[in-house]
Amino acid sequence: MSTKKAVCSVAPLALRIVAECPVSKARACDLRLPHCTVNTPVFMPVGTQGTMKGITVDQLEDLGCQICLGNTYHLGMRPGPELIEKVNGLHGFMNWKRNLLTDSGGFQMVSLVELSEVSEEGVRFRSPYDGKEILLTPEQSIAIQNSLGSDIMMQLDDVVSSTVTGPRVEEAMKRSIRWLDRCIAANKNPDRQNLFAIIQGGLNAELRKACLDEMTKRDVPGFAIGGLSGGEEKDDFWKMVTLSTDHLPREKPRYLMGVGYAVDLVVCVALGCDMFDCVFPTRTARFGSALVPWGSLQIKQKQFAKDFQPIDPDCQCATCRRHSRTYLHALFKTDTAAMHHITIHNIAYQLTLMRSVRQSIIEQRFPEFVRQFMRRMFPLREQYPAWAVEALASVNITLD
Amino acid sequence: MKLELSRIVQGCRLGVLTGLGKTGQHSLEIPGCLLYTRCATVPHLTQDTLHTLNSLPSVTQIAVDTLAEHHEVLAEFKEGVRKFAGLHDTVLYCSLHDPATPCPPGHITNKTVSVWGSGGRIELTAQRFMALQTVLRPDWYQCMADGETWPTNTSRKRVRKAVDRTLAHLDECLLLHHKSPELKEAEVFGAIEGGDILEERVRSARETAKRPVGGFVLDGFRSDAMDQEVRGQLIAAVTAELPAEKPRLLQGVGRPDEVISCVEAGVDLFESFFPYQVTERGCALCFSFTISPDPEAAGTRRSKVLESNGEKPDADADADAAAIEVPGESGATSPENMTRFEMDLKDKKYREDFRPLVDGCTCYCCKNHNRAYVHHLLVTNELLAGVLLMLHNTAHYLGFFSALRGALVSDRLQDFKKRVLQ
Repeated sequence: MSTKKAVCSVAPLALRIVAECPVSKARACDLRLPHCTVNTPVFMPVGTQGTMKGITVDQLEDLGCQICLGNTYHLGMRPGPELIEKVNGLHGFMNWKRNLLTDSGGFQMVSLVELSEVSEEGVRFRSPYDGKEILLTPEQSIAIQNSLGSDIMMQLDDVVSSTVTGPRVEEAMKRSIRWLDRCIAANKNPDRQNLFAIIQGGLNAELRKACLDEMTKRDVPGFAIGGLSGGEEKDDFWKMVTLSTDHLPREKPRYLMGVGYAVDLVVCVALGCDMFDCVFPTRTARFGSALVPWGSLQIKQKQFAKDFQPIDPDCQCATCRRHSRTYLHALFKTDTAAMHHITIHNIAYQLTLMRSVRQSIIEQRFPEFVRQFMRRMFPLREQYPAWAVEALASVNITLD
Repeated sequence: MKLELSRIVQGCRLGVLTGLGKTGQHSLEIPGCLLYTRCATVPHLTQDTLHTLNSLPSVTQIAVDTLAEHHEVLAEFKEGVRKFAGLHDTVLYCSLHDPATPCPPGHITNKTVSVWGSGGRIELTAQRFMALQTVLRPDWYQCMADGETWPTNTSRKRVRKAVDRTLAHLDECLLLHHKSPELKEAEVFGAIEGGDILEERVRSARETAKRPVGGFVLDGFRSDAMDQEVRGQLIAAVTAELPAEKPRLLQGVGRPDEVISCVEAGVDLFESFFPYQVTERGCALCFSFTISPDPEAAGTRRSKVLESNGEKPDADADADAAAIEVPGESGATSPENMTRFEMDLKDKKYREDFRPLVDGCTCYCCKNHNRAYVHHLLVTNELLAGVLLMLHNTAHYLGFFSALRGALVSDRLQDFKKRVLQ
């Protein structure tokens, strides 16, 4: 234990709590990472294959993005860690000057690859590119992430679907703890790359608690809440989130994986989470769905053919300052630039939302922000999702 | 609009078009090219990425093809396509067709032409064509024309008919043009037809030149349908009939070698669909066009451009050492229609090639990324590939035109041709 503490005491991360909400568990922090400081709560856009879906790194920087994701599974396959290592890691490969977080690769294997098999050793699967059988161990996941050079690496965890119940959940949780230790031991760059643990335990409060107890004994630089956002009931989801934040150390960042819907983000900030990621805002953009404070606009629908307003008249993004719904509707039939316009808008929407959340926490008016946000998103009180009302009430934020 | 010719070198016209745009603040150097768009957007680019390019052409091309289906919306919008599309301050030229997507033949009648949008064919009478122009509000537009004489062996009778119809369309459009307050400041470009029949080309040129047009569009010379030698002779014959003080725009020709020949035959302006086509096949323009400023130093100065279609033009050993090609690993099949002016970045040999697309290129792509990264984006079908290639290819193409003008200024057209055609 003492050596682990020593390793982490030089971890390239520092969390400064800027403000805490006196009512809920929400907090605003400055998270110092090797490439720049990240203001939390933060939404991290996902750039799976070393690119942000048609957006240049300069555009992403101009949007104010301080950290984005790359996927270890995809990048490990193509172009491969050896190549990326030659150009100073993923930062050099994609020429991104700010922070990067990489996942472990395990989730994609379970979700994308049909033939995958988990053993104590690791995850065995068949490559969809050349059909070769590959074994991804915790050590290899970290080795690849060390090559990628991300500022935050994720441990390899044993992922089970959040809807699975029974002994497999406990097995996966316990294995994830053992794999965490193997990942910690395998990290070659603890001085420049942070390794986050991932809390597992499915939807079972006891298992979650056991996992929290065990993992928080390790002095890792940060924690993620995993195994959620996989189609489980929202009632179960928020309870697992709040249980986790109750037991996570105050002085370390908490990353809720796979969450990106606006309502979920606001509620989970209230429950004490700092970091979020999701492919949703950028994926939905490519299908013509633009995010707005009152939901979303399906730009390809006929109703926007003669709608000369911008997507959101209050939005300050490059798309809204220049283009109308009608033009984007027309352009969608012709050119990919239409997708880029909406991707830019959606990333701007997510990042602006989180900046507003942060500002309200700093100004000690977060509960009022939440009420306003909900009123705008749902014109009628009856439309408020029951789980959100209940989750917010659990942290003393009552909606009118 | 005024064309100031500064010199004519071996048939090439060097000059500048001034007084362009609503307030006359724009100018365009010739020989030059227009900025290519689809639905009034440069393919793949947002205004942010587009404006990473230096010295964009001051004239942007839009096409009736991709805009006709939005006629009703534009009519309701009332403020023209420039504002509709959120375009920058640019002069707009509206052509009938999109040069990158040729229309299927067989839909032209005495009274109508057809264009193809995302929703299929739209048939236009001169009335409807002009109504569309009044809502688009371009600064220049190509008059409605029957350009369907490009298939080889088109009969003399069909060609004559195309010339006659086009002249009739021109007369009808001009009549409507002069009645339209929206188009008061706009210039009509008359289309010159005539297929590959010299007498018809000359007749078309002479007749069109008699009309009050602002410039001429040389139509029906598409790269894929005509031999360059024939094209050059026909164009030279046509331009001989045209008044010197009006610009000549050639449609459907974009390859650098053909561009040079056509400039020698008296063409001033080209479209820039070629870099778009190169982008769509996953390729990057890489041909050399830099000639050393001092003829004395020629041969001792190293080329700015390292590679031309995989061949190294000069011994730039140091820089190339890192990119030794593995025999047999290179892709055996090149993309369809690939020309010798480009490199196929999907080829495996670029997998670990960390050089910029073109050494010395100052485009956004070459300043920030390398061949290996663009190769990765192409093999993973990432959208950024189109963005970066479009930026590079457009920059390279604009650089080519700029170098061509420079060669004319310094009387070094032969050196320039040798460099480009090597």
